[in-house]
Amino acid sequence: MSISLIVVLLLMLSLAAWWLGRRAVIGMASGDPRRLHSLPRYHGYYVALLTGLPALLLLVLWLGLDEPVITRLVLASLPESLRNLPESQLSLLVNDIRNLATGNATSGVADPVLQQAAEHYRRLLGISRLLPPTALLLLALGGMALGLKRTHPGHRARPAVERVVRWGLLASATIAILTTLGIVLSVLFEALRFFQSVPLADFLFGLEWSPQIAIRADQVGASGAFGVIPLVAGTAIIAAIALLVAVPVGLLSAIYLAEFAGSRVRAWVKPLLEILAGIPTVVYGFFAALVVAPLVRAAGEHLGLEVSSESALAAGLVMGIMIIPFVSSLSDDVINAVPRALRDGSLALGATRAETITRVVLPAALPGIVGGVLLAASRAIGETMIVVMAAGVGARLTANPLESVTTLTVQIVTLLVGDQEFDSPKTLAAFALGLLLFLITLALNVLALYVVRRYREAYE
Amino acid sequence: MNNPGTNRTIREAVQRNLARRHRRDRRLRRLGLAAILLGLGFLALMFASIATLAQDAFWQTRIQLQVTLDPQKIDPAGSRDPQRLRQADYGALLKQALRTRFPGVRKHRDKRRLYRLLSSGAAYELQALVLRHPERIGQTVTAWFTADDDVDFWFKHPRSAGTRLDEKQKHWLAQLREAGALARFFNLDFFRHGDSREPELAGIRGALMGSFYTILVTLGLSLPLGIAAAIYLEEFAPRNRWTDFIEVNINNLAAVPSIVFGLLGLAVFINFFGLPRSSPLVAGLVLTLMTLPTLIIAGRAALKSVPPSIREAALGVGASKMQTVFHHVLPLAMPGMLTGTIIGMAQALGETAPLLMIGMVAFIVDVPQGVLDPATVLPVQVYLWADSPERAFLERTAAAILVLLAFLVAMNLAAIRLRRRFERKW
Repeated sequence: MSISLIVVLLLMLSLAAWWLGRRAVIGMASGDPRRLHSLPRYHGYYVALLTGLPALLLLVLWLGLDEPVITRLVLASLPESLRNLPESQLSLLVNDIRNLATGNATSGVADPVLQQAAEHYRRLLGISRLLPPTALLLLALGGMALGLKRTHPGHRARPAVERVVRWGLLASATIAILTTLGIVLSVLFEALRFFQSVPLADFLFGLEWSPQIAIRADQVGASGAFGVIPLVAGTAIIAAIALLVAVPVGLLSAIYLAEFAGSRVRAWVKPLLEILAGIPTVVYGFFAALVVAPLVRAAGEHLGLEVSSESALAAGLVMGIMIIPFVSSLSDDVINAVPRALRDGSLALGATRAETITRVVLPAALPGIVGGVLLAASRAIGETMIVVMAAGVGARLTANPLESVTTLTVQIVTLLVGDQEFDSPKTLAAFALGLLLFLITLALNVLALYVVRRYREAYE
Repeated sequence: MNNPGTNRTIREAVQRNLARRHRRDRRLRRLGLAAILLGLGFLALMFASIATLAQDAFWQTRIQLQVTLDPQKIDPAGSRDPQRLRQADYGALLKQALRTRFPGVRKHRDKRRLYRLLSSGAAYELQALVLRHPERIGQTVTAWFTADDDVDFWFKHPRSAGTRLDEKQKHWLAQLREAGALARFFNLDFFRHGDSREPELAGIRGALMGSFYTILVTLGLSLPLGIAAAIYLEEFAPRNRWTDFIEVNINNLAAVPSIVFGLLGLAVFINFFGLPRSSPLVAGLVLTLMTLPTLIIAGRAALKSVPPSIREAALGVGASKMQTVFHHVLPLAMPGMLTGTIIGMAQALGETAPLLMIGMVAFIVDVPQGVLDPATVLPVQVYLWADSPERAFLERTAAAILVLLAFLVAMNLAAIRLRRRFERKW
């Protein structure tokens, strides 16, 4: 029985339960709702929840756990010699067993032990496929019976239903925490496996990044160096160029919009500038690679400079344009939040508008602006598509923005896109880079939020 | 201070500096204006260059040929069985037609070059034609067939040096053009086909459907979850550490780089739960987690803007807290929440990086039929095509970008309309 069919069946049962519960309680009150504690529909909801909810929860549990549990069980039944294989070969073995069980082609000739394991796997899978429909339907019907038995006019159905809804709301809110936890755990777990083969110090302080690992020991030029410094330096260069573009442009636009522009100009220009933030980054990447990089290159050659076709400058410039709205809209907000009295005081003393802005408004708004710049920096560091399409992949430790550099995000993408096996340090390195990226951006975000919050408190 | 002489010196000092100070004032103003114009100018430049590049992709050059549908070659048995008709060698018929059109071509090498004028998809077009009209077997039909991308480029830019055609091929094409047998048509195939290795056959249908399923999953999950979370945090949550922790988490998640969500999806949904790689389901799950913070923040703002008097009135006539929220507060906050949702979906629709992590970069020709089929989405298709060295693919990249932007603009306009229509000042 397919899962969607089970779900539909459960929903129909719940609907029936709602109708039954409602009718039962109306019958008990002989049609007079005043004799009920809760409205009839709440009695219906109560029975429906008892019918559908436990069964659906069980279904979700089963969906999430059946494969891993079966794999464990099958592995446990394997002979000792096979069970103690290293993890990489074990996962291959599991794949073989699965393929055998589902009747697909396998790599190599199937030996009897594997055949037996596959048979075992298939049997367990069969049980597991059979289990849910019957168990779930029994559970649902049992719930319905229990709910109907509990139904009587004085039954406090509404508070019970509301309690369940409240738990549902809490569960939804908790997903944010689960996501963070999921990110941290998944990235941390794989990163720790990476650090088992590459020491942490080599990773953090190594000056060379060349993640190609030799498949054979005698292969040439494939040592596999995992020093993250060149990547961090490359990320820093590109982010710095981006900020050099975005901070002046964003801040000046914010000043113009907040202090000089009329309300009509503001109403048009602000959304237009925010379009820049809404354009998919892949579009910026395409534009950077197609138009800006050749332009930068041509300009450099005109000046007699050697410019790489994947220069950090081109990627940084385009990224800077992309984060203008982050700087400008946050700065605009904080500039507007500076109390009117400060401005009026300064103007009354005879200062010009420019003087008021540079000497009074900006110093007052500075913490908020710094917060916005930090958020923009975090955005620039984590930005992926522009650099994937317009920056290089070769790690080079240089401070020259005209050369090609690579970034953390580019390396994550290059390491993980394409065929991958899940235990080579090369693949795991991507997770270590992800962890580093997550920590850097987290630190910037926390700092930015702290600064902005402190600032808000100062004026509210 | 009352001395008129001192007053005069002060006034003179102020007067002397006044012009300079006003100049500075104007300079700041001009700088601000320049900054805005720079941003908007860049925007305009980007649109203009992409639109110019894209326009070629919306037109496809076709060659008109007279093909003799020889029954001996198509269906010798005369059964007209579609299965049988499908297997005939239509490429050979087209080659025959080309040879008849240019009887002067004799040498083997020249013939090969002549055949190369047609796209490899032309045989399928002929096949489709025969399957639609089996009664025309035995006749000679005149039809337009898709030309190769090099022909397409030459036809649109005859003077460009970038063409890969040689002189003979150009000569034949010029003959065809004279005869009116070379023309461009609106490129419907671009919207009807999946991806292809041949640029003239490649289309965005697969990516569009992939995006559709992905957004469907994302919307289906993130809308209820986002609303529920916003309601809990705004209306029910007690002020304690746990709630604070959730809030800090949500604010941080909103700023976590999207690629990290891709790593999460790879490790959790694909490797741990064993969901199918490249599927819209996994993409939708990842994008749900990514857009949830946006939705929750927007939803809370919408709930906050509902005045407390509404709640008090409902509670006052005996509604429970839950009834107050669901019957009175939520309907009033709904437009704001939907606005936030549309913006979140627009963000999800344009997202690329996390989807690269979960294997959506595979080359997939088939149009996905459900959320479990391997698929790609529009932005990833843009990324894939942008990598290609062929100019025809670059044109298609730009065209795909225009389609993507059209969707985003439509979504944002809908959000703005919704906000204008239901915005209420209390």
